[in-house]
Amino acid sequence: MNIEKSTTMPVKAAEDVVRVRQAVRVQAVDAGFSLVDQTKLVTAASEIARNTLEYGGGGDLLIETLRDGVRRGLRLTFTDQGPGIADIPRAMTDGYTSGGGLGLGLSGAKRLSNEFDIQSTPGKGTRVMLGRWR
Amino acid sequence: MEQIPIMKIGDCLLVSIQVDMHDRLAMALQDELTGKVVETRARGVMIDISALEIVDSFIGRMLNNIAAMTRVLDAVTVVVGMRPAVAITLVELGLQLTGVKTALNVDSGLALIRRLIDDEEQAD
Repeated sequence: MNIEKSTTMPVKAAEDVVRVRQAVRVQAVDAGFSLVDQTKLVTAASEIARNTLEYGGGGDLLIETLRDGVRRGLRLTFTDQGPGIADIPRAMTDGYTSGGGLGLGLSGAKRLSNEFDIQSTPGKGTRVMLGRWR
Repeated sequence: MEQIPIMKIGDCLLVSIQVDMHDRLAMALQDELTGKVVETRARGVMIDISALEIVDSFIGRMLNNIAAMTRVLDAVTVVVGMRPAVAITLVELGLQLTGVKTALNVDSGLALIRRLIDDEEQAD
């Protein structure tokens, strides 16, 4: 698997969530994603970007364009140095929220991705990886 | 300041969201729209989302909230123009627009609002 392109951007303000959506859209179009696949990935990115900002206190996004033979995909890695998540299975449950949201961010983003990984250390931060292949 | 215009047509308010909203702008729209319903005594609210490329859980919650608040204020809300890719994604995301009435376009949205208002008046 090759990484064809990678960019990093900040997720530190409300406006950055909008910029994340736009940047992921551009890369998804570039990688040849269908409109539905673009929409799913951008929506998933929006959910996780908001989590990074609201719960993680801000962080960064790494966008990578991948090629595996004839397949092309995008991998999005959101990293923050926030309080972390103590109970990941609970955080992944539909409807569970520690904030004022609907509790669909993590579980919904996972459903909208082909690959999903979350690593978190309480007190150190959280890293969420989303992958979607064309 | 950034703002989403709210137009009044007869006893209806029309909002057409043409920008990619950050969360604060979405919250401001929700508050302003609720205030305008009271101020203008509108009976119907139509929200055109045909320009929106995505609806995530935050925007979905805003639409649910607007529908719930306007209902309490004796008005009906209809969301029109959702793109097919957005609808597919919303279902997979797991978001339910409970209590939000939808129509395909502005024309059928206005007709639906009319019908809902007439039904309520007959019931009174």
